[in-house]
Amino acid sequence: MSLQSILFSIFAIGAVASAVFTITRKNPVASAMSLVAHFFMLTGLYLTLQAQFVAAVQVVVYAGAIMVLVVFVIMLLNVGREVQSPSTRSLRPTLAMLMSGILVVMVSSVIASNPTGRNELHADAVKIGQTASIGQALFTNYLFPFEAVSLLLLAALIGAVILAKRHVSETQS
Amino acid sequence: MMPTSIPLDYYLILSAILFVIGVVGVVTRRNAIIIFMSIELMLNAVNLSMVAFSSFLGDIAGQMFVFFIMAVAAAEAAIGLAIVLALFRNKQTVYVDEINLMKW
Repeated sequence: MSLQSILFSIFAIGAVASAVFTITRKNPVASAMSLVAHFFMLTGLYLTLQAQFVAAVQVVVYAGAIMVLVVFVIMLLNVGREVQSPSTRSLRPTLAMLMSGILVVMVSSVIASNPTGRNELHADAVKIGQTASIGQALFTNYLFPFEAVSLLLLAALIGAVILAKRHVSETQS
Repeated sequence: MMPTSIPLDYYLILSAILFVIGVVGVVTRRNAIIIFMSIELMLNAVNLSMVAFSSFLGDIAGQMFVFFIMAVAAAEAAIGLAIVLALFRNKQTVYVDEINLMKW
């Protein structure tokens, strides 16, 4: 086994395990911590794909910014362990597992026939993942979407402030 | 036995498995914050397949899309959590099955 296969196996198993932990833990803080672990496993997978800059951004944006926001809201709302409500003790989880299992088998059986025919990384993969070429593309061919995203983030900022403001009706009157 | 270099298919199957785990989380959980985290799982599964295609085809477009998806995810995180906060302030709950104001 090559080093690449070993690293892929470790990160893939880690990613699936931490994802399962995220959706099964009753305590929201434990879920959030599993999700942070999941993001780090994905960072490892991006590095096996030679996408260095995406890997760095994954840690900074997801494991850093977004998860701080999620944990902050969990602390703010002081939500405890999730209790199963008696009315919804149904077969919904079992049915969801069954359906999703069928979906995974179907998708995997299609992909397993190797429709893409790509078995190793492209020769330019290392060059593409570097910060220089990402920045080059971002400020030339993708300049318009880049500017549009800045507008989207501004709108999200204003929307979040308005939604989370405490006494909207008092300030209007 | 694993091959010496990982084919693209392995990344795609892994991405499919992670996406489906996210779907199961959205369908089965009651806590709005955990549903929210499951949506992040799904977004990340798609990002993984995008980066895999980008590296295997030698095309930078996949990694560009990942950046824009990350920006949209950040915006979604801010708005979604603000909605959860507003919801908790009005209904004193984060469980989605107790929020049935628009249920007929």
